Amino acid sequence: MSKRHPGLLAFAIAIGLGGPASAFTAYVSNEKGNTISVVDIDKMETVRTIKVGQRPRGIELTKDDNHCLVAVGDDDTVQVVDTKTGEVVANLPSGPDPELFIQSPDGRVLYVANENNNTVTIIDMERRVALGEVQVGVEPEGMGISPDGKVLVNTSETTNMAHFIDTRERKIIANVLVDSRPRYALFKTDASELWVSSEIGGTVSIIDPVKHQVTKKISFAIPGLRSEAIQPVGMSITKDGKTGFVALGPANRVAVVDATTHEVKKYLLVGQRVWHMALTPDEKYLLTTNGLSNDVSVIEVASLKVIKSIQVGELPWGITITKR
Amino acid sequence: MIGLLEGVVHRLVNMDLELNKDWQSDRESEQNQRRTLVVNTVFIRLSALALTILLGLATAAQAQDPLDIKIGYLRRAQQQETISLVQMPPPDIGLAGAQMAIKDNNTTGRFLNQRYLLVDMRLKTGDDPAAAVRQLASQGVSLIVADLPADELLRAADAGKADRILFFNVAATDDRLRQKDCRGNIVHTAPSRAMLADGLAQYLVWKKWVRWFLVVGSHERDQLFAAALTRAATRFGAKIVHQREFKDTGGARRTDSGVAQIQQQMPVFTQEVPNYDVLVVADESEVFANNLPYRTWDPRPVVGSAGLVPTSWDASNDLWGGIQMQSRFTEQFKRLMTSLDMQAWTAVRMVGEAASRQNSADPKVLFDFLKGPQLALGAFKGQKLTVRDWDLQLRQPILLTDGRTIVSVSPQAGFLHQFSALDTLGYDRPETQCSLQ
Repeated sequence: MSKRHPGLLAFAIAIGLGGPASAFTAYVSNEKGNTISVVDIDKMETVRTIKVGQRPRGIELTKDDNHCLVAVGDDDTVQVVDTKTGEVVANLPSGPDPELFIQSPDGRVLYVANENNNTVTIIDMERRVALGEVQVGVEPEGMGISPDGKVLVNTSETTNMAHFIDTRERKIIANVLVDSRPRYALFKTDASELWVSSEIGGTVSIIDPVKHQVTKKISFAIPGLRSEAIQPVGMSITKDGKTGFVALGPANRVAVVDATTHEVKKYLLVGQRVWHMALTPDEKYLLTTNGLSNDVSVIEVASLKVIKSIQVGELPWGITITKR
Repeated sequence: MIGLLEGVVHRLVNMDLELNKDWQSDRESEQNQRRTLVVNTVFIRLSALALTILLGLATAAQAQDPLDIKIGYLRRAQQQETISLVQMPPPDIGLAGAQMAIKDNNTTGRFLNQRYLLVDMRLKTGDDPAAAVRQLASQGVSLIVADLPADELLRAADAGKADRILFFNVAATDDRLRQKDCRGNIVHTAPSRAMLADGLAQYLVWKKWVRWFLVVGSHERDQLFAAALTRAATRFGAKIVHQREFKDTGGARRTDSGVAQIQQQMPVFTQEVPNYDVLVVADESEVFANNLPYRTWDPRPVVGSAGLVPTSWDASNDLWGGIQMQSRFTEQFKRLMTSLDMQAWTAVRMVGEAASRQNSADPKVLFDFLKGPQLALGAFKGQKLTVRDWDLQLRQPILLTDGRTIVSVSPQAGFLHQFSALDTLGYDRPETQCSLQ
């Protein structure tokens, strides 16, 4: 821990003085259970289970936290769940087999990756109708959007590319080749970098979003583990752009990355087959979904320690946390 | 296209020089000189104009003409009879997988200005594979996906050596192709018999079903599979308590009332065997293995060529995003995806992966990439696939399926290896008899 980031330390002190955290709630999609587990982060326990459609994976709260959107791939729709009542109130015309999706910064438009027909579907959230689609590579999955909402990035798993899409023109403006099976795309909040994780390639590509070039690749090495077991998927970066977290799948670890130098600082042991993750808005905790152990690991960001495992439903996959 | 244009440009430039020479030698006559000058000027202007246009076209063509990557698909028309009606091989078996990979490669190619083409060549009885290879080479094919029996594959590969053709063996499981008869221009996406047998054996040993009753068909390939199973038993600590041959005496695979007879025959055939845990059957010829399950004298599971079968792929595989592969395949071809389809898909995707990373269609460049450490092929197997540099065999997990679900995937946990757990399957580096040439 001697290499702990000074920023994090300062942050820890600030939080420590701030008293108890506000009551954030996490929503976890359970791929096999066909449910959403609602987790009270103060109590650190599952407080409610919501039944949804078949094979829920991608999950995100709307900007006002009033609804939780969940892609139910085997039902070919994105469901809208009322967070107060826990009822499914609408099914969005997402196109077939939706897996991951992302909202525009203003929350008006939803972009959905359709794995089975190589498209990204664009949905008007107010009217809940499809506005159009963009043809991308084979098996689109990861979805990232620039902070200004002008550029959408989709990754295609078999084509091995990050497709940069102009959201106004709805056209591809650049394609960047990355390592095998890219699964997740994430912009830094200042838009200076795009991170793309490659599950089979075992790397994270750092891409210059203006030049559309890979400027660096982060590799991972864990003593005693074969490189094949290191499969990066979900990622988070703190708002200050200084610390990144990468879920390494069957390696059962989350890599902590200095997001400025792109050096791996630490590996945190979490549950089995870690898929995705989300930071609480105060960035006090990072929660990861662990597919094979049916739980969520809670990482205290300041100390970089795994402090708790919370039991959720069967095969937890995606996670989203309320803003309040 | 560019080559052709450049040819024309060169000819025009040469013509220009010739005219200039003529003009120099005609100085004596003023009239001639003036006439020549006029003609010459016109020509120079015309050719300069043409040159500009052509160069412009050539540049434009350079920007627009995609890089063509031609892949041959060489196969022998053969009809394998099967006991199970639902396992009858469809006419486009293998080829369909290659076609899907071509489509996948072209989706990527669209963004990289690459175009993939498949040239299907089907050998009829008596056709020489070497002649077919030469014919494909004359069509500009330097990468050939081969669905051929071992001997014909070797003949094809040796014929392709002169033209530096790279072959992908998608069908022949013969261990000798990875051992003594290996070739420096054949990459194997089909798993070897040893890999299949090892994958099965690891599971049986994990399950503690270590006393095997081995039943072997009377054809050569049945015996080759039995040899691989015997090797696997020794490697992983199983014991063959009894071995018996099932003679193929000819006859049809199915008859209207055959089932009644089989019900009588199979229990008798499996009688009087020392105590065993599992019946392991080697019957690649599809003569009897599928008649064994539920009909053995002792109530024992059947594995090998029937029951629990080791394979590279099965239509029931939905692990590691496999569902996406299955639904894309079924949508395009209106049938289920077989292991041969997967092995062909993998071969063509390997070419696509190499060509997209190297931005080249040169077989040597692609080959160097494929056998090197940079290859990290995603093929719905839960991990990156690479090629063994000692025999050019694609490392891959082996699925164990009963045809309805995936029962397990080998390598099994606990079978350790110094370099890659996948190298616990098949002939490892220290055991290799292959010297690549």
